[in-house]
Amino acid sequence: MESMLKVEKLNVNYGAIHAVRDVSLSINKGEIVTLIGANGAGKSSVIRAIMGLVKAKADEMTYTSPRDNNTVNILGRPAEEHVKLGIALSPEGRRILPQLTVEENLALGAYTRNDAQGIAEDVEYVYSLFPRLKERHRQKGSTLSGGEQQMLAVGRALMSRPDLLMLDEPSLGLAPILVDEVFGIIREINSQGRTILLVEQNAFAALKVAHKAYVLEVGAVGLSGTGAELLNNPKVRAAYLGG
Amino acid sequence: MNLNIFIQHFINALSLGSLYGLVAVGYTMVYGILRLINFAHGDIFMLGAYFVYFATIVYKLPWAVGVVTAIILTTICGLLVDRIAYKPLREAPRISALISAIGVSFFIENFAVVVFTGMPRPVVQPPILMKPIELSGGVRLIPLGILVPVVSFVLVGALLWLLYRTKPGLAMRAISFDIEATRMMGVSVNKIIALAFGLGSALAAVAGIMWALRYPRVEPFMGMTPGIKAFIAAVFGGIGSVPGAMIGGLILGFVEIMSVAFFPTLSGYKDAFAFLLLIMILLFRPTGLLGEKLEDKI
Repeated sequence: MESMLKVEKLNVNYGAIHAVRDVSLSINKGEIVTLIGANGAGKSSVIRAIMGLVKAKADEMTYTSPRDNNTVNILGRPAEEHVKLGIALSPEGRRILPQLTVEENLALGAYTRNDAQGIAEDVEYVYSLFPRLKERHRQKGSTLSGGEQQMLAVGRALMSRPDLLMLDEPSLGLAPILVDEVFGIIREINSQGRTILLVEQNAFAALKVAHKAYVLEVGAVGLSGTGAELLNNPKVRAAYLGG
Repeated sequence: MNLNIFIQHFINALSLGSLYGLVAVGYTMVYGILRLINFAHGDIFMLGAYFVYFATIVYKLPWAVGVVTAIILTTICGLLVDRIAYKPLREAPRISALISAIGVSFFIENFAVVVFTGMPRPVVQPPILMKPIELSGGVRLIPLGILVPVVSFVLVGALLWLLYRTKPGLAMRAISFDIEATRMMGVSVNKIIALAFGLGSALAAVAGIMWALRYPRVEPFMGMTPGIKAFIAAVFGGIGSVPGAMIGGLILGFVEIMSVAFFPTLSGYKDAFAFLLLIMILLFRPTGLLGEKLEDKI
């Protein structure tokens, strides 16, 4: 399988706090890879470092675009340039723009594109994934429910037509029925050919959809394996899946 | 007061208010994005007036060419102020940029004294703008009095179109809520910030040029009082809101002109009215007329 993202010995420091230590991971094209771990284990820091939103050190951080098979160094590259390479992030806490309408939030997601026709198609595609957003397309982001805001955050990230979609805690704060819906949609997006890096606290749901998983413990990778392996691992079961 | 005189006052208030509004828009855009009060904005306004003075009166360029040249030069100055004084402080505490803004303001004013001398210089008004037009009922209007509000409204209208109908405008509105989330969407934040400074400076240049035509003179400290008044207008209208800045400017213009028109004995207090308005709004409606409610600013 072709490698898409390769991270070797990633380190992130916030002042004296060593949030991420020597984390290495690799993502192959077409996979769903998940990063699980307790609160404060450094999951978000890893994803934010990959996106270029926090200063980080690493032996290697490279991205191979499936568009041209070019491998580029993405360490130290500003976040806005990642989008053009085909990487998008739906951040923790949704971070939708509260005073912009649903439509405007989606238009912002397509900021780097100029193909009006393709953008219009992708808006329809996002509405087909999340029909609730279509009903509320003229409403301001602040008027949406938590679940709808999460859908908007995922939809907005899809609007750049990313090859690698990174989702940071997409199920956080959602009702259980919505959690199932979100994971169903993650599978669907993946089956349409997008590679996904998923950061989750909901380890059970994440491991069920993941091809490969890494367990982060206080900033370092403790375990890794396929989703099924980790689901059956006694240590993971005890620590993250409630026995 | 007869109708004729009232109409003169009305036009006067509309002109003054729309000039305050035009300058206030620049304060409000920069504040909306960076939460920075750009104290140098009034001095950018002054530079616009000087540039048009030099272009048309010293270098004898035709007015149209002189005005365009002055707008371009002023815009460049506004961009330089951001690049030199504010951009290096983006990650610094907000107070650092604020102090830098005060420093830039003093620098530009005193630099202007050195380069242009402190002497006020008279501006020769183009006769076509000053020739009174007779309307029915003996009402006489000076074209400049009509031109100033018309130009101001057209420019603010164009700015609103840009903010609400174009991609850079969308990015500008987005940045004012969440800079990082906007970067994640592929927006080069520094380019959009520069655009806001550029547009604000261009509008301040137009205001400075029209101010120089109205009062016909330029001097290095001419930006101070209009700058402060425009800032009051921006706060009054709700800082961060472009329509609010324009409305705040108009209200301030009307209060200033009409208070003197109806109570001539209070004319010495006209600047005090502006500050009284500021104190009242801060006491009773701190977010201003059209200001965003705080709970939306998460």
